[in-house]
Amino acid sequence: MFSLAAHPILRLAVSPQHMWRSIVLGSKSIWLHKLRSMLTALGVVFGVASVVAMLAIGEGASHEAQEQIRKLGSQNIILESVKPSDNQGPAQQTRSMVIEYGLTTRDIDQIRQTIPGVSVVVPSRIISEYLWNESLNVDASIIGALPIYPQMRNRRMLAGRFFSELEQKERLPVCVINQTTAARLFPLASPVGKSIRVRGFYYRVLGIMEDESQRATTEGSGSANKSSNSNSLAQLIIPFFTLMDQYGDTFFRFRSGSFEAEKVEFHDAIVRVDDVNAVVSRADAIRHLLARNHPNEDYRVTVPIELLRQAERTKRIFSIVLGSIAAISLLVGGIGIMNIMLASVTERTREIGIRRALGARQTDIILQFLIETVLLAGAGGVVGVVLGLGIPIAISHFAGVTTVIKAWAPTLAFSISVITGIAFGIYPAMRAAKMNPVEALRHE
Amino acid sequence: MTPQQPIIELRDIRKSYQMGDTVSQVLQGVSLTIYPGEYVCIMGPSGCGKSTLLNVLGCLDQPSSGHYFLGGEDVARLNDDDLSKARCRNLGFIFQSYNLIQQLTVLENIEVPLYYKGVPEHESREIAIRLASQVGLSHRLHHRPTELSGGQQQRVAIARSLANDPLVILADEATGNLDSKSGQEILGIFDDLNKAGKTMVFVTHDERMVGRCTRVIRLKDGEVDRDERGAAADRYTGITGTSVRPHATDAPAPDHSAEGAAAALVHQPVLS
Repeated sequence: MFSLAAHPILRLAVSPQHMWRSIVLGSKSIWLHKLRSMLTALGVVFGVASVVAMLAIGEGASHEAQEQIRKLGSQNIILESVKPSDNQGPAQQTRSMVIEYGLTTRDIDQIRQTIPGVSVVVPSRIISEYLWNESLNVDASIIGALPIYPQMRNRRMLAGRFFSELEQKERLPVCVINQTTAARLFPLASPVGKSIRVRGFYYRVLGIMEDESQRATTEGSGSANKSSNSNSLAQLIIPFFTLMDQYGDTFFRFRSGSFEAEKVEFHDAIVRVDDVNAVVSRADAIRHLLARNHPNEDYRVTVPIELLRQAERTKRIFSIVLGSIAAISLLVGGIGIMNIMLASVTERTREIGIRRALGARQTDIILQFLIETVLLAGAGGVVGVVLGLGIPIAISHFAGVTTVIKAWAPTLAFSISVITGIAFGIYPAMRAAKMNPVEALRHE
Repeated sequence: MTPQQPIIELRDIRKSYQMGDTVSQVLQGVSLTIYPGEYVCIMGPSGCGKSTLLNVLGCLDQPSSGHYFLGGEDVARLNDDDLSKARCRNLGFIFQSYNLIQQLTVLENIEVPLYYKGVPEHESREIAIRLASQVGLSHRLHHRPTELSGGQQQRVAIARSLANDPLVILADEATGNLDSKSGQEILGIFDDLNKAGKTMVFVTHDERMVGRCTRVIRLKDGEVDRDERGAAADRYTGITGTSVRPHATDAPAPDHSAEGAAAALVHQPVLS
């Protein structure tokens, strides 16, 4: 008796004109119960909004991670010296009042000689000092670097130039400053060609470099050298040898009434690996090497590629959590729609009977109610998309989290709302169509 | 279609309902034939199976056994879809409680059968406007049923039943909810429709109808008890083989002015 081909659901294909009239009819019916329709669609609105917001935040996180990798360089391995906490340090170091830690020439040499496929190792040293121009001063990090520094760090020169190999070899008193320093010490004029005083020594400014990109997010809870990395901090970059000449390998300073002496050869170093695919294995090799040389773990190894993996993992977890929330709210929204549609079908039993008596097929009744549900869900979807686009914008504005809205995200979310409408509308529509016309006509 | 060919032919129609353990036989072998242009009144006490018979005639319900030829087609064994099509093409319904769709305007209500028949929008709008003006509602086209009196609502229902130019109009106690004045007006429209050649089947227990129709079928306990000529039977000429022709002379005196309009309705077949 029952054949699949005869099922009313399978004959919903109708002419576009008929479809259009059904849509107009459905819109009128929805418009007739404005408040009810609005409340019904609310679940879908929030579901869709959360889908759009989720995708925007997820894409933002991934975008940020990729941006960071781009800045740090995917082929790079970054080594940093970390001041060990007091209880960890060997007794004789605390007694000598000089804290000695960090990467050494020996480490750098060993990495250069023993790790294959490593093209450049660029060490640098960082010292905290006050910089002066006339009466203006700023607390800054002085970085001793090699001429290859801008390329390795992916930092652009905004004005002037970086110092050359020759200036490095000749140990000239030249420097490059970052935007922050330029703004603080030379608020009015261009600093290029001017001099900056550090203690009794003058450095000629060759150029201005852009500020370091935000790395704070992945720096974690590292205890030392925070100042060297945090955002928009004043920096003075001078040739490595110039710095060695000035400060030697031990650095003393008085600050806030306390005396501090550090002996650090290199504060950080960047290792460039030739093959991107080998970065992780080379990083492991370097970790082994450093672990042997530094039993008290006064260093940190950062691998941008690993950061990317970590960011992706975070993104995946984030997506699962938000995806579940979105799915649940769409489910709840869909059930809400189904509930109201079932009530509506009961309420309109008489109308269904009349329509059937006047020649409506079951298919026509299904179409009528299904279109109404889909319109309701679709309208909810549109409002949800608008709301969902607003949420990431608000988040970016107030929380400073990067969000990226891809064109396909609202499309996807809207499609989901329509699919929800179909999925949860089919049962009430079927129920309406299956009514016995005689009984439906008798219904009060 | 020649007049001899019946519009409706019932052959031994039986209908039973399962009520728990007992089976109740509502129709126990009804056979009758209705020819074009007849004005048939089906009467009988309540519980005699009038409504069930009307539902079967209206293709809303399937008989348990027997054959039902509507316009030459046996509809007793059709599937749901084809039944819907049969209703859509061949039948016009008029109900006691009007059964207009409340959220639609007068015009939209009249257009409903045309919508399911697939008549293009502009065309169906045209037909609806014409029909509405012919039942005297041209000033109420965009009102909703709740804004109309009972008589006006029934006029909308009549216009609606005519929209798809059906073979036969089925009316169920069409004046039952109306006061006598509007009831008379509605009955006048029916008379005119019949005079214009429309086949009408009435279900009622209002004995006054006997004076208006051409044939009275009395049901009793699910069977045809008596099948007699109505007072207006001499007006009906279908069986004799001549074509239906309106002649007002021997009909009950028309008590309203819509006669010409109602005749015009039928003389312009809206659709083939």
